[in-house]
Amino acid sequence: MKAQRVVWGETLTKLAETDDRILVIDGDLASSTRADIFAEAHPDRFIQAGIAEQNMVGMAFGMSTLGFRPWLSSFGVFLTNRALDQVRMLVSQTKAPVRLAAAYSGLLNGASGKTHQDLEDLAVMRALPNMTVLAPADEHELRAVIEWAANYDGPVYLRLARDAVTEVFDETYEFVMGAPVSLAEGNDAVVVSTGVQTSRTVDALDQLRAQGRSFAHVHLPTLKPVDTDALSALIGDARQIFTVEEHSVVGGLGDLVSEVVTSRGLGARLDRIGLADGWAESGPNDFLLEKYGLSAEKVAARVLAGLEVLAPA
Amino acid sequence: MNRNDAKNVEELAAIARQGRLKVIETVTSSKAGHVGGPLSAMDLMVALYFHQMNIDPAEPANPDRDRFILSKGHCAIGLYSVLALRGYFPVEELATFDHGDSRLQGHPDMKLTPGVDSSTGSLGQGLSAASGMAIAAKKLGKDFHTWVVLGDGEIEEGMVWETVICAPRYGLDNLTAIVDLNGLQQYGWPASATDRFDRSEPMGHVDLPAVFRGFGWNTIEIDGHDYGEILAAYDEAESYRGASGKPTAIIASTIKGYGLSYTQATFKWHNGVPTPEQLATARHELGDAIDISDTDKAEALA
Ligand SMILES: Cc1ncc(C[n+]2csc(CCOP(=O)(O)OP(=O)(O)O)c2C)c(N)n1
Ligand SMILES: [Mg+2]
Repeated sequence: MKAQRVVWGETLTKLAETDDRILVIDGDLASSTRADIFAEAHPDRFIQAGIAEQNMVGMAFGMSTLGFRPWLSSFGVFLTNRALDQVRMLVSQTKAPVRLAAAYSGLLNGASGKTHQDLEDLAVMRALPNMTVLAPADEHELRAVIEWAANYDGPVYLRLARDAVTEVFDETYEFVMGAPVSLAEGNDAVVVSTGVQTSRTVDALDQLRAQGRSFAHVHLPTLKPVDTDALSALIGDARQIFTVEEHSVVGGLGDLVSEVVTSRGLGARLDRIGLADGWAESGPNDFLLEKYGLSAEKVAARVLAGLEVLAPA
Repeated sequence: MNRNDAKNVEELAAIARQGRLKVIETVTSSKAGHVGGPLSAMDLMVALYFHQMNIDPAEPANPDRDRFILSKGHCAIGLYSVLALRGYFPVEELATFDHGDSRLQGHPDMKLTPGVDSSTGSLGQGLSAASGMAIAAKKLGKDFHTWVVLGDGEIEEGMVWETVICAPRYGLDNLTAIVDLNGLQQYGWPASATDRFDRSEPMGHVDLPAVFRGFGWNTIEIDGHDYGEILAAYDEAESYRGASGKPTAIIASTIKGYGLSYTQATFKWHNGVPTPEQLATARHELGDAIDISDTDKAEALA
């Protein structure tokens, strides 16, 4: 079990040995995002922009016009909000190969609290034309995703978690951009999850299987663009879908799946499990996951309650 | 409102030592939080809350109170310690910092914590908010002062300079920006021979007083750990209110992590959690050395 931020720092450091286009531009957070691993290995390819996220994006865009493919290191919340106009204007519009490495995404950020919790990033980034939006489940998928992104000539938003989660995949994992990943088949409902919340969702579904239930579980590492044919094939004629995300229920995975269900006339009921439209708070990870309904136990309870709606016990 | 002057600078210094110890104790027990910035700004905030500002902890929403914004919101535990010692809420409540369901969030929340005048946490926004309060005060004919503490890394944010350019247009002599020039940010750049500490000084290459003056501000340069200089600067800044037609910048030279042997003068204690041994060292250096008991504090405030 390794934290995604460490894997990010290490993987980029390694890729940069053979790819001269890779640079890291930091917003004074390298010791948190673990861009410091890269800075120590490749000091001449590490640029400190200072506490100036808008400046970071502008610089990254400028360098990209001369062939570089810069990775931005900051807390996701400041990239997707503070620098949104610059991302929209300079990166999304021009399809510049700038990579936003959004550290400390979602709810769990080491007790920094609501100002630093980015719970709307998928909604915001999904709305930007040309943006590829990625939310890997664990360290193995992250490595594969970074290798894919390094060879992609366009803007990438990469959602990264601060703390390690139980592994979902292993070293043999191969990433296919846009493709949903089927983790399990089953009959009671289809559960779709994204990011590291997939790891907690695996636990939740295991708990329910022990009670005799069976679920199809689909993980979505790419939130844009999505292979919607493949996704709707995996949903099939299910009557009940659950989406699970460490993100607001507004505009993220739940809405994405809902768009597929409604536009294709699939007849399923959909429960969105995620952060209610509101603000969270500071606290230890376990406390936050419990209180905001994202622990394995809370997800399992929500799924059971949802199943009751169509088939009361 | 009562203006609770500490009687002398020794009392202020003793309160600040107590505040620093509260920071260390709280960060240790909560296992999260920042250390260096709260310690460097402690004297600046103690001087405001225990001497300079026209405030009353019993009436935190009094519309005529002086306003304070901790623009570098990551130093929340420093502000909370000062507010608790000053009587805005029980000192024991500090132990809930960063726990779930607490009024004391990782970054200041004006909707939760008594005495917090503005929510902060995303750096670079506090001076702008303060300038809005200062303009509103002028429009409403209110004679209070708005104080802001900014970090020297924080002022790399462009938004700070948007306010620096705009505020003189409105003659905001009721606004004072205090820059906690502690010589370090979180990671920054490697140190060169001319730097004071183990990383590059955020403003080492900038003539900050000249920059502020160039934009039309009054400037005062002080040692941010010397109460004589701090109080004189605060008086001078207040004397400009209604008189100079310019906002004032106090450039306070400080030491990050000041007051504790192992935290000072290093970027490594920007944040971090002290070990039990380090907590004991802090108790020895900040607590036992000069003890200010609760009765002493009450006298200091009488
Ligand atoms: C907009 C924004 N970018 C980045 C951060 C993360 N951050 C928190 S503290 C800090 C360093 C601040 O340095 P400085 O202003 O010098 O504060 P001090 O030295 O007093 O701790 C950074 C980069 C933030 N809170 N807000
Ligand atoms: Mg500083």
